[in-house]
Amino acid sequence: MKKYILDLRVVENSSPHPRYALLKLTHDSKLPEMLPGQFAEIRIDGSKNTFLRRPISINYVDYERNEVWFLIAKVGEGTKTLAKVQSGEIVNVILPLGNGFTLPLSPKQKILLVGGGVGIAPLLYFGKCIKEIGAEPTFLLGAKSASDLLELDQFHELGSVYTTTEDGSMGEKGFVTQHSILNQIRFDRISACGPKPMMISVARYAKAEGIECEVSLENKMACGVGACLCCVENTTEGHKCVCKDGPVFNINDLLWQI
Amino acid sequence: MADLRVKIGSLELKNPVMTASGTFGYGKEFEDFINLEDLGGIIVKGTTLNHREGNAYPRMVETPSGMLNCVGLQNKGVDYFCNHIYPDIKDINTNMIVNVSGSTVEDYVATAERINELDKIPAIELNISCPNVKSGGMAFGVTCEGASEVVKAVRKVYKKTLIVKLSPNVTDIASIAKAVEASGADSVSLINTLMGMVIDIEKRIPMLSINTGGLSGPAIRPVAVRMVWQVAKAVKIPVVGLGGIVNAHDAIEFFMAGASAIEIGTANFIDPAVSIKVKNGINDWLDAHGCKSLLEIVGSLKDY
Ligand SMILES: Cc1cc2nc3c(=O)[nH]c(=O)nc-3n(C[C@H](O)[C@H](O)[C@H](O)COP(=O)(O)OP(=O)(O)OC[C@H]3O[C@@H](n4cnc5c(N)ncnc54)[C@H](O)[C@@H]3O)c2cc1C
Ligand SMILES: Cc1cc2nc3c(=O)[nH]c(=O)nc-3n(C[C@H](O)[C@H](O)[C@H](O)COP(=O)(O)O)c2cc1C
Ligand code: FES
Repeated sequence: MKKYILDLRVVENSSPHPRYALLKLTHDSKLPEMLPGQFAEIRIDGSKNTFLRRPISINYVDYERNEVWFLIAKVGEGTKTLAKVQSGEIVNVILPLGNGFTLPLSPKQKILLVGGGVGIAPLLYFGKCIKEIGAEPTFLLGAKSASDLLELDQFHELGSVYTTTEDGSMGEKGFVTQHSILNQIRFDRISACGPKPMMISVARYAKAEGIECEVSLENKMACGVGACLCCVENTTEGHKCVCKDGPVFNINDLLWQI
Repeated sequence: MADLRVKIGSLELKNPVMTASGTFGYGKEFEDFINLEDLGGIIVKGTTLNHREGNAYPRMVETPSGMLNCVGLQNKGVDYFCNHIYPDIKDINTNMIVNVSGSTVEDYVATAERINELDKIPAIELNISCPNVKSGGMAFGVTCEGASEVVKAVRKVYKKTLIVKLSPNVTDIASIAKAVEASGADSVSLINTLMGMVIDIEKRIPMLSINTGGLSGPAIRPVAVRMVWQVAKAVKIPVVGLGGIVNAHDAIEFFMAGASAIEIGTANFIDPAVSIKVKNGINDWLDAHGCKSLLEIVGSLKDY
């Protein structure tokens, strides 16, 4: 897929929660096609101590409004600076990058989308794409607390939503892999994105149950386009670039201890 | 429109802007962003005799105005390059230059010999300065004897333009450059990365898998300019300058310090189209200053 360097304009910057920002960006010409699970490398303007771009997942694409959304957790200087942009300002992005999630082969396939924390970001657009081919996605979203579960209304519009929180403030108390839905429905595939310990336990569950499973990794990146070999993950075929060969990998190709 | 053509030994560049090894893949990674043929040259990823997996993750950490990396020369080896990558890149109409690395003199020689057979590769850049591999690499680049030995051996088998890439991790880079010149190099390029370290103070461990890494980006530019200036005064062969260049202004500092051509590395990560902007910016600067040719400013620095 052709990659673009684009100056996008901020339509809206909302804070669904003090620790997060949701940026809706547009472009003068038509946005390029993007696949669910792909990401952008975003330039951070006006921050003193950052130097490299920051990789951020494509949260949602609204082709009718010509908008692309990014859901950002404010963890350090880069993301905090980015979270301050105002409507009308320009955000420079390189996109679409990486491979993306596997779409269902038929509308009958039951796909479970598991997200943890801000790892839910790419699942919204993925859910939309699954729905567009006539399948119904099931979302299993986990977070520390109810206030960290974002964009729930939008998720509900696309499919069934199940949640867990570590403090029990919403959904079932505990981790996603402990949710009762896993005992009730037999899924054909699981796609997961979130903190590594969460993805490892999802992968362990999937492997034990013999369910196809893919995970989206967040290795540290410099170039984002497969040129520097900084972001590698160890796989059955040696080091692979998360930015180019990933970020989505089938768990059978990873050397995780599961 | 100033004349941007320069020569590095017998190698003719349509303009002085090349991209630095390890930061530009094999060129193709950037073809969506720029017309590769507008570059003076592309120096592809460090290539070794045998396949190398490189170092473990994490390999990168951001630093003030730069980054540290310890990729460790991950590549599939020279045979794979010749059979699978070369056919794909040989028709890119610019100087496609291979960065050759090794751990022993024999490795360097065998790799250079293989590359010598490739028609469309007009030059190699001999990397005797990689700080991220255990044996060899930088070991050759830090003494005059080591540098001479490997350059002499490669010179015997390599018939085209031989550029030798120098390490800044030395006390006297000019003496290494002189040794390399005396051993038959057509040109020297500098600088490779500066050895550095970043520590995670909560975990009390380094941020990189092999503890240290190579620093690149604007943070190293003043060091690079100084070294280019010292080397250009010490040798007669053309000097290729690099280290932290992000715009035409930076590039012109290198030309004035004595570089005939430049390479752009880390800046490609922040702006994948930066190399062409630098090329155009050099032209604009020359035009604005009434220079008909780039050669008018190479080494034009006056002492303060
Ligand atoms: C393919 C990909 C997609 C991503 N998608 C999103 C997304 O949609 N939304 C989002 O908010 N973030 C996403 N991330 C993570 C995001 O890139 C990092 O949080 C960001 O780079 C941190 O930059 P910073 O300057 O704010 O923090 P830094 O100053 O770089 O780091 C601050 C703190 O955050 C931690 N941190 C840094 N990088 C990461 C990381 N990759 N994951 C977790 N913690 C990290 C550091 O360890 C440090 O403690 C994604 C990462 C990748 C590789
Ligand atoms: C990720 C990365 C990988 C590199 N790999 C190589 C390499 O394989 N061979 C080499 O000679 N130099 C390598 N370098 C060094 C660069 O070519 C260059 O000398 C250095 O980064 C300084 O230039 P810059 O500041 O413009 O990046 C690498 C640099 C980086 C950042
Ligand atoms: S970040 Fe450069 S190769 Fe992935």
